[in-house]
Amino acid sequence: MLIRRPPDIPASEITPESIYLRRREFMAAAALLAGAGAISPHALGAEEQKTLAYGKAGPESPAGFYTKEAQTPLQDATHYNNFYEFGTDKGDPAEYAAALKTEPWSVTIEGEVEKPGTYGLEDLLKGNALEERVYRLRCVEAWSMVIPWIGFPLASLLQRVRPTSRAKYVAFTTIHAPAQMRGQRSLTGAIPWPYVEGLRIDEAMHPLTLLSVGMYGKVLPNQNGAPIRLVVPWKYGFKSIKSIVKIRLQEKQPPTSWNLIAPTEYGFYSNVNPQVDHPRWSQKTERRLPGSLFNPNRIPTQMFNGYADQVASLYAGMDLHRYF
Amino acid sequence: MRVAIKSAIWFFSLLPLAWVFYAGNANLLGPDPGKAVVDTLGLWALRFLLITLTLRPLRELTGRSIFIQVRRLLGLFAWFYASLHFAAGVFYVIGWSWQDVLRAFDERTYITLGILAWLLMLPLGITSNRWFQRRLGGRWRRLHQLIYPLAILACLHFLWLVRSDYWQPALYAAMLAVLLFWRWPRFTLWRRRFA
Repeated sequence: MLIRRPPDIPASEITPESIYLRRREFMAAAALLAGAGAISPHALGAEEQKTLAYGKAGPESPAGFYTKEAQTPLQDATHYNNFYEFGTDKGDPAEYAAALKTEPWSVTIEGEVEKPGTYGLEDLLKGNALEERVYRLRCVEAWSMVIPWIGFPLASLLQRVRPTSRAKYVAFTTIHAPAQMRGQRSLTGAIPWPYVEGLRIDEAMHPLTLLSVGMYGKVLPNQNGAPIRLVVPWKYGFKSIKSIVKIRLQEKQPPTSWNLIAPTEYGFYSNVNPQVDHPRWSQKTERRLPGSLFNPNRIPTQMFNGYADQVASLYAGMDLHRYF
Repeated sequence: MRVAIKSAIWFFSLLPLAWVFYAGNANLLGPDPGKAVVDTLGLWALRFLLITLTLRPLRELTGRSIFIQVRRLLGLFAWFYASLHFAAGVFYVIGWSWQDVLRAFDERTYITLGILAWLLMLPLGITSNRWFQRRLGGRWRRLHQLIYPLAILACLHFLWLVRSDYWQPALYAAMLAVLLFWRWPRFTLWRRRFA
């Protein structure tokens, strides 16, 4: 069977009573979130975003779920983004993402599952206690951040829709809405839209793999992939696809956007690996943001972005130079 | 008049550097300020290079010698920004050690191209004064034609590091192409004379 639970049920998977008791609060928050569109749709600044009820991460969380490294300030995490759907400049997403309409939102789940369908966002959230994870985020461009995400494991959603035995890969698709996403109207960009990504089923089922709906205690700002995005902390940032509208389980390895553009530079796996350089630049170190002019804050990059203890076994026996 | 124009060039040419200092000090450069500084300085180096290459066409189109009289100054500013760009790149991106720089030169094509372009600027900057001009005679002109290959290297350096949107480097490359094409008749003349 490909679908299996982790050997021990991590403490995080057991909803703490306090959160269970607050479920109504969360439903209320979700309702608020649903209603937000009516008030002032997308002009909400990060500070005004609705708060979420969630289980907080801390040093007592299972290994990998929490890092005590300094968290990137919210302002930086929301104003220095790669989200080419809104433009290739780091400031473009913050400037132009307000045009994206995230309400109503639904995600189509199809392919090798027993319960395919199009699920509303509230529907996806139902029954999944939200939890915080403080993860390192390593961009393939050699900069990194530390971000407190809020979400739930992708595994719990997949288990709900019951993958069949032929589900070997999971393919994800970002919304294609050129009218709302100016980058998708660009004539000189090299990305064929919509953006697509993929994971092997065991990667998708890994407890570290998160579907995120919030960060820093609040719902996701549009520029960070609202309303729902993937977070795979041991892979380069571009694997963590944003604003997801389709999840497809399938037997064949799905195409992925950056791999289609430059197959020699971006592999399907794209695990963070300081020993395998990008053909044009080094991956041995990273600039942990924010840096300053006097201190660029260059630190060594860790294997699997520091999550080797949790994920290295997924790739046992694989030549990671070949499957980069 | 000439003094006024040169003073104005000094003033405006130092503005980008002043902006970098100001923006860096006022935290306007975002969470990765080092990268922003490297990019800004590099862009201005390329701009000054292209401005320098525009002067001869301007001179020939207008007949005004002032364009040639300010050429050395603007060329030196290209060298100045390229040197700052290189130093900033080493400090913020590559790493402040000779081994790192040599390895980057060896392994990273875009860095190889950039460093080569900068190295070719060295003899031009050093021999830009009147003493060398007199001493080298006719060879001075030939030496300073290195600006053409080095400008091509600079554009390739820019194109090479882009991840997906080629609009900006392609625009600069196109401007360089126009400036080189404009000189085409002279290139062929030059080839005939020295072949």
